[in-house]
Amino acid sequence: MTLRKLANYGPAFLLTAVLLLLWELYVRSGQISQNVLPPPTAIVQALIDNWDVIHGHTVQTLLETVIGLAVAIGLGLLMAALLDVSSWMRRAIYPLLVTSQTIPIIALAPLLILWFGIDLAPKVIVITLYCFFPIAVACADGLLGSDPDLLKLMRSMRASRWQIFWLVRLPGAMPLFFSGLRIAVTYSVTGAIFGEYVAAYQGLGVYMQTSFHSFAVVLVFAAIVVTAVLSLALFGLVSIVERIALPWYAGAKMRV
Amino acid sequence: MEIHDSMRENTPRLLVQGVTKTYREGKHTLEVLASIDLSVADGEFVTIIGPSGCGKSTLFNIIAGIEEPDAGTITIDGETNKQRAGKFGYMPQQPLLLPWRTIEENVMLGLDVRHVPREKARQDARELLKSFGLIEFARNYPATLSGGMRQRVALLRTVLFNRSFLLLDEPLGALDALTRLSMQMWLLDLWQTFRSSVLFITHDVREAILLSDCIYVFSSRPARVLRVVEVDLPRPRRQEHLALERAVQLEQELVTLLMMESL
Repeated sequence: MTLRKLANYGPAFLLTAVLLLLWELYVRSGQISQNVLPPPTAIVQALIDNWDVIHGHTVQTLLETVIGLAVAIGLGLLMAALLDVSSWMRRAIYPLLVTSQTIPIIALAPLLILWFGIDLAPKVIVITLYCFFPIAVACADGLLGSDPDLLKLMRSMRASRWQIFWLVRLPGAMPLFFSGLRIAVTYSVTGAIFGEYVAAYQGLGVYMQTSFHSFAVVLVFAAIVVTAVLSLALFGLVSIVERIALPWYAGAKMRV
Repeated sequence: MEIHDSMRENTPRLLVQGVTKTYREGKHTLEVLASIDLSVADGEFVTIIGPSGCGKSTLFNIIAGIEEPDAGTITIDGETNKQRAGKFGYMPQQPLLLPWRTIEENVMLGLDVRHVPREKARQDARELLKSFGLIEFARNYPATLSGGMRQRVALLRTVLFNRSFLLLDEPLGALDALTRLSMQMWLLDLWQTFRSSVLFITHDVREAILLSDCIYVFSSRPARVLRVVEVDLPRPRRQEHLALERAVQLEQELVTLLMMESL
C-alpha cells in the first residue's frame, strides 16, 4: 500500500530529476556563469554549508506563516459565516472581499511597516490578506451547496436553523474548506517572505535580500529551496489532517 | 378489536380537506393542486398514484409541514395545527444519507434532532439495524453500500424518527426490479411490525396494489382525486397475490384510468 502510494509520485520525481539534470548540464557546459545561475549541486552544497544561519531565518519565517495562517483561517471562517447569515449580508460583503484581493500587496506592504512597525504584525497581516480569501470563498460556497432535498428532510424533522447548520451544512462544507485551505497554505509562505522582503530583522525574505545584495546568488537559491520545501510540507500536513478529519471523504474519492 | 375499528371510523390519523396550491413567480402561475381530500386511518397503508409531475410531492411537502397550502386544512390526530413538522417520518425519493455519518449515525439522525442523549440514540439505532438485518453495516459509511441497502437505511432512519406515521415519497423508484421486490416485502414486514400508518407515493400500479389498503388515483396537474380504490386482497400480502383475479382486475382498472390521464 505504501509502496503503491510512493509509486504515485514516481512521474513527479522523474520529471524533477530530468529538469535538474538538464539544469546542471547546461551550467556545467559553460554557457552561463555559475555566479549568475548556480547549478543544483552547488545550491545543495551552499544550503548544507550555511544551514546554521539559514535555520534561524527558516524558524522565523515558519513562525510568521503559522500565525498568519491561523489568523487567516479564523478570519476566513468568520467571513464565510457572515456571508451565510442572509443574502443581504452576502450581497453587502462579497464585493468588499473581492476588492480586498485587488489591493496590490507590493504597495500596501511598506504602508503596513509604517503603521505597525517592523515586527511580526505587518507580516501576519500580509499573509492573512493572501490567505483568508480562498478559505472564505470555498467555505461560503460549501455552506450554500447543501442538497436542498436534504434541507427539506431536516425541516420535516423540525430541525432548528442551528441544527441544520451543525448537522448538515457545516460537515458538508468541510471538503471545500480543505480545498480552500490547501490553496491558502501554498500562498502563505510566499506571503511571509514578501512581508519580510520589505522590512524585517530576520526571516528567509531578509536572507534572500542580503544574499542578493552581496551577489551570493547561490544563497538566494538555497533560500528558495527552503521556501519550496516549507510550502510542500505545509501542503502535505493539510492533506494529512484532512485525511484524519474526513475519513469518509478520502474513501468516497477513491471510489469515484 | 371493535373499539379499535370504531376508532378507525371516527378519527382518521390524517385528514386532508380541500387543500390547494398554486405557485406564483412574477406573471407566471402554476396550479399544482386543484383541491385534494384524503384520509388515512390508524394503521392503514394508503397509496397515492398518478402521472409524473402531477403534484404528489408538493402535497407531501405540505403535509410534512415544509410548505403551506393556499387553502384547505390538514388535521392530524384530530388536531388542525399549523405546526406539522416533526409529526411524520418523512422519506424523500433519494435516500439522502449523510456521507460523513456511519450507517448507525445516519439512522439516529432524527433522534439527534430531538436531542435524545447520544448513547440512548445509538442503542436504539443499533437495535433497529439488528432487527432488520443491517447490523453488520452499522459502522460503514454510506458510500460502501449498494442502492438498495442505502434505501433500507433511509427507511430505518425514517422509522426511528417517527414510526407511528410514515410519509414515503416513491422510496423504491430508483431500484432495479428484483431489489425492488425484496424491498416491497421488507417494507410490508416493517409496517406490520410497527403498525404504522403509511401514506405512500408511487407510479407503479402493481406496487400500489401489492402494498396498499387503499389507493388514491390523482389526475395530471393540477391534481385532483380521480378515484379512491379499496384493495380487498388478503393480508399479510405476498407477491403471489398479484396473480389473483381480483388483483388483475384492479390492475387493469387502474392502468386504464392512468393511461387516459397521461394522454
